Amino acid sequence: MAASSNDEIRILTPSGMLGYGFPVDHFRMGLALKPHAITIDSGSTDSGPQKLGLGEMTCSRESYTKDIEALLEGQREAGVPLLISSAGGDGTNLHVDVFRDIVAEIARRRGWRLKLAKIYSDVDKAHVSRELKAGRIEPLGPVPPLDQAEIDAATVIVAQIGAEPFNRALDESEAVDVIVSGRAYDPSPTAAMAIRAGFDPALAWHMGKIMECGALCAEPVGRTVMGWLRHDHFEIEPLNPAERCTTASVAAHTLYEKTHPFLLAGPGGMLDLSHCKYEQVTDRRVRVSGSRFEPSKHYTVKLEGAKTSGYRSIFIAGARDPIFIRQIDDILARVIAGARAYFKEVPEETYRIIPHLYGKNGVMGDLEPVKTPAHELCLIVEVAAATQELATAICNKIRTSLMHAPYPGRIATAGNLASPFTPLEIPLGQACEFNVYHLMKIDSPTALFPIRVEEIA
Amino acid sequence: MTTVPTPLRDIAKVVRSKNAGPFEITLDIVFKTHEDFEAVKKSGVITKELVSELYNVPTQSIITFGFFDLVNAVKITLPRPRPQGGVGETDMHAAQQHVPLQEVCVPWAVS
Repeated sequence: MAASSNDEIRILTPSGMLGYGFPVDHFRMGLALKPHAITIDSGSTDSGPQKLGLGEMTCSRESYTKDIEALLEGQREAGVPLLISSAGGDGTNLHVDVFRDIVAEIARRRGWRLKLAKIYSDVDKAHVSRELKAGRIEPLGPVPPLDQAEIDAATVIVAQIGAEPFNRALDESEAVDVIVSGRAYDPSPTAAMAIRAGFDPALAWHMGKIMECGALCAEPVGRTVMGWLRHDHFEIEPLNPAERCTTASVAAHTLYEKTHPFLLAGPGGMLDLSHCKYEQVTDRRVRVSGSRFEPSKHYTVKLEGAKTSGYRSIFIAGARDPIFIRQIDDILARVIAGARAYFKEVPEETYRIIPHLYGKNGVMGDLEPVKTPAHELCLIVEVAAATQELATAICNKIRTSLMHAPYPGRIATAGNLASPFTPLEIPLGQACEFNVYHLMKIDSPTALFPIRVEEIA
Repeated sequence: MTTVPTPLRDIAKVVRSKNAGPFEITLDIVFKTHEDFEAVKKSGVITKELVSELYNVPTQSIITFGFFDLVNAVKITLPRPRPQGGVGETDMHAAQQHVPLQEVCVPWAVS
């Protein structure tokens, strides 16, 4: 591994999301700048709770394999560590092992030897229960307090890894080539490399925060980005020559998907960017200084978990008749009441019926400011119930009733709905719900996260 | 100088909404220039009370509300109406909840 010089560490991030693909030519341009590490995140809660709830991954195994193979080629050429965080999207142990298997398959096929470290982040539920009883778990934002029932209901609970476990994995063994981690705070791999080399944690976290999204901080937004961290500032530049970082684009980056633009809480402390200075170094490169990091009194990690909550079925139908559309709310209310009466043996509170009326208020619901419906509607009626069969049965009852429902002024007496697809009722499988999103105090930043190092040949 | 009521969508560079984690929704209005930012700020139209009305959220539940000079932006963070991605979801990424905000009109100078 190229030792980071005393006055600069260079990090290359090929993309903001592993599995989406990245331009290999820009990645290679980054390699030519002699990075000390390659970091890439694959985590996000943004596509929904079904990953944690059902063990699904954000991208396909094929996509991950393609990206990881290109990364490993670069890693071998540069001779620097490759740090991959939040395997599979949710970062469960299951997906850390999937990523490990992908690396092993590639290595076997290509005849490579490499040293791989895994950092796991599933948290034993019994441990979460003990910490809850000890008053060491709090909601993170507008989230209900955690209780034992929700802990039990969660499919799996992960904790976000900070910088320390990455550094421990690098210290654990000489010349680790690849780290695959469980759920990590997205900036952790980049911050870890910089903190390990002795640089200011505030700058390290800030640079990590920007780079975890790839070249999203550029105009136009891109994929591949390089960071140069020195003792009193860092610089950032996209690798695609058609993109540029500007003081405005880099400063505004921390608005994106964040609660607050300048106060960013993470494992072990709060990053404060309200006093940062942004300078245009070249027309494509920005220098950042003045980041501050306030260590928290007690080290906390974010817990994430999701549970399954029954099964869903939907039907999709169009409506075009203006006489029908004018009365849609009343007609639907009658039809739903009829379906509930028909299924009177099923306790009301065990199933839900939710109409989505596109063309009226399908996107914004009650918040929709436009009160006049469009000339045609797309109706999606969602039914959630204890079993798939029941969800489909209720859905079917509503669809057939709605198809033939009488209403005042009806002249189209053959049917009320235009159905595009079969099956007319579509089973969606299990529904999931985030139910753990809490902060847990920990005494050691590394104790929760087991590390396993192996030689892959 | 005359002013005409002009929607934010015709003034700002960016008006967007997105999840900030599964339990919050965040709205950004980024202006093209510091002058535009100052003019909108000075108009006094964008307030917590307006946000409360547009998004049916009590003012005391608003998590972040502010005009941030350094980035010429307004940032608003609210509790999500329901946890992301559960039964009844209408917008998994909360990417289309910005519209009421972008339609807000401010008195805008015309030459």
